[in-house]
Amino acid sequence: MLWDALTLQLGYNATLVAIGATLLGFAAGVTGTFLFLRKRALVSDAISHATLPGVCIAFMVMVALGGDGRNLPGLLAGSALSAWVGLLCINGLTRRTRLAEDAAIGAVLSVFFGFGVVLLTVIQTMGVGRQAGLEGFLLGSTAGMLFADALIIAVGGAATVLLVMILRRPMLMVAFDAEYAAATGVPVHRVDLAMMGLVMAVTVIGLKIVGLILIVALLIIPPVTARFWSDRADRVVLLSGIAGGLAGYLGAAVSASAPNLPTGPIIVLISFALFALSLLLAPARGVLAAVLRHRRFQRRVHVRQGLLALAQGQEVYEPYTRRLLRRAGLMRADGVATEAGRARAAKALRDERRWGLVRADQTHEAAAAQYDGLRDIETVLTRDQIDEIDRRIGPPHEVRA
Amino acid sequence: MSGEEFVPLSLTPLLIGICAAVACALPGNFLLLRRQALIGDAISHVVLPGIVVAFLLTGVISTWPMMLGAAGAAAVAVILIEAIRRLGRIEPGAAMGVVFTTMFAAGVLLLEQTDTSSVHLDVEHALYGNLESLIWLDATGWASLLDPKALAGLPPELPRIAVTLLAVALFIGLFWRPLKISTFDEGFARTIGIRTGALGLALVLVAAISAVAAFDAVGSIIVIAMFICPPAAARMMTNRLEAQIGWSVLFAVLSAVIGYVLAGYGPLWLGWADAVSAAGMIATVSGVILVLAAAFGPCRGRAGAPGTG
Repeated sequence: MLWDALTLQLGYNATLVAIGATLLGFAAGVTGTFLFLRKRALVSDAISHATLPGVCIAFMVMVALGGDGRNLPGLLAGSALSAWVGLLCINGLTRRTRLAEDAAIGAVLSVFFGFGVVLLTVIQTMGVGRQAGLEGFLLGSTAGMLFADALIIAVGGAATVLLVMILRRPMLMVAFDAEYAAATGVPVHRVDLAMMGLVMAVTVIGLKIVGLILIVALLIIPPVTARFWSDRADRVVLLSGIAGGLAGYLGAAVSASAPNLPTGPIIVLISFALFALSLLLAPARGVLAAVLRHRRFQRRVHVRQGLLALAQGQEVYEPYTRRLLRRAGLMRADGVATEAGRARAAKALRDERRWGLVRADQTHEAAAAQYDGLRDIETVLTRDQIDEIDRRIGPPHEVRA
Repeated sequence: MSGEEFVPLSLTPLLIGICAAVACALPGNFLLLRRQALIGDAISHVVLPGIVVAFLLTGVISTWPMMLGAAGAAAVAVILIEAIRRLGRIEPGAAMGVVFTTMFAAGVLLLEQTDTSSVHLDVEHALYGNLESLIWLDATGWASLLDPKALAGLPPELPRIAVTLLAVALFIGLFWRPLKISTFDEGFARTIGIRTGALGLALVLVAAISAVAAFDAVGSIIVIAMFICPPAAARMMTNRLEAQIGWSVLFAVLSAVIGYVLAGYGPLWLGWADAVSAAGMIATVSGVILVLAAAFGPCRGRAGAPGTG
């Protein structure tokens, strides 16, 4: 069943939803990256909640004009309008008053949403035009998706991605260093508004599939996921799009494969699963990589300290150090250094003495700054410099036991 | 309107609305000043999975398991946000967005998967609450306020939210000085021996408790709106924390009363037959108050001094 869904064999509606969700996920992932890099991820939360009154007003207007209240383009236009008003409110509150952006986001989110709920109840009492469809915008409803709906999502998503590609350089500059961008003549405020406009576009086209409460997830989770895998902005944008598209595709497929699996929440949960995997397994920034790095560091410190102790003829008592030294063949079970161990220990002690001289010498200041107790001196100084230091140390002399 | 009609039908929802609004606005003041305003947003989203899990475990819709479930979910969310923020080195806003959307999605999915057709538990209810239905059937008029038999029939939400409000007020009253100092100057607070970490966590927990109690009665929209709008409006009115708290309480009460009255009677005045959502209307009114304060408040500008806005 799941395989059928993955290969788009589950019928017309499921196929439409899967294609739509994939495109939506890609567009949301690409767009959300800039928002995330700009550190304004939660603005999308306010934008998406602010669409509700627009949807309701558009519905009422269309019914009042005698049309079908559930015409998707009309509803989407209304939602875009009220989202834009909400966006301007956030901007106005943060620029003209002393409120911080998070307070403005929360205020717009709750007030617009509350007002939308009032309008929803008004529509319910109007009792016309099969209003049941409107609640579907809260959490998305893919059951009755039409070809025209899918087409809107596809065209809207493609247009959004295209605009992102055109605007990506100024948006990246603003995201990384707004002041530098302003100094080079980028209209920061307008770029910000454009970024928000793109987010709004994604929100609006996502209303049908994931609904206005969960679209935020598609704008935030894929970028955060992609950020684990690369430090290059263009790659993060691409990876984020792929992560979003993958989540959309898998989510739509899973949701079509069994009853009672609403599309929006499933897409979000799959998106989170991708995030959790990245958090754990990503090569440089992942948790597993960090743990392994820490363990390696720990081992090196233990071995080094153990060798220094051996070199000075001291007993090593610390059990982890003993285990490491024995496993490396540097120490016998009774705590006596092997041949290799004595050689490494002598080298470690000599390096320590070399470092001591380097750190006491002003001319080696740059090299001395790299001392951390573990670094091999050969990686910092040239052969000649080490020879020169060795001359100052003098020839080896007998260590009295 | 006569007492026979007002007391049973409107008095208790009104009181519950006021208590919920004030209970959220009080901690909201500190959250706003600490730039944690969106904690309320996050908490109110994650309450849904908590309630659903509590329902799945107990199999009944009863208050205490649900409150515990919701509080547990709030605690899990706070821990997850912190863990993701530290482990992944992600900025707090994005970490919050990841956690609360995922938990909300999980809540919706659980709800769809379980058979809740026999009980009143759905997403819409969680969002809007059911303020209008909290009527006091045993009351016959103002005299019922003194009648112990009628008082026993009060909707249980009222005493619960009243106790929550008292507890919140008590917390803020008891920890007034440390809260104030650590909100404005965390470094100084630490040097004089205030445990700012524990205090911050306690504040978030208190906010979560009031959110959960209010949520139970009025739904999550009011919770978010009351955490932010009245304190934000109060912030435009004054530079003194004491006065700000006073203003925020006033605004919260005003929003609740005006919102409830408009929702219940406004449509009738316009000639429509049915009332609209009280929770939504209360949030809307609080937004109108915020806009008015932002346009005319004496301390609305960034510099803060009167007249420089």
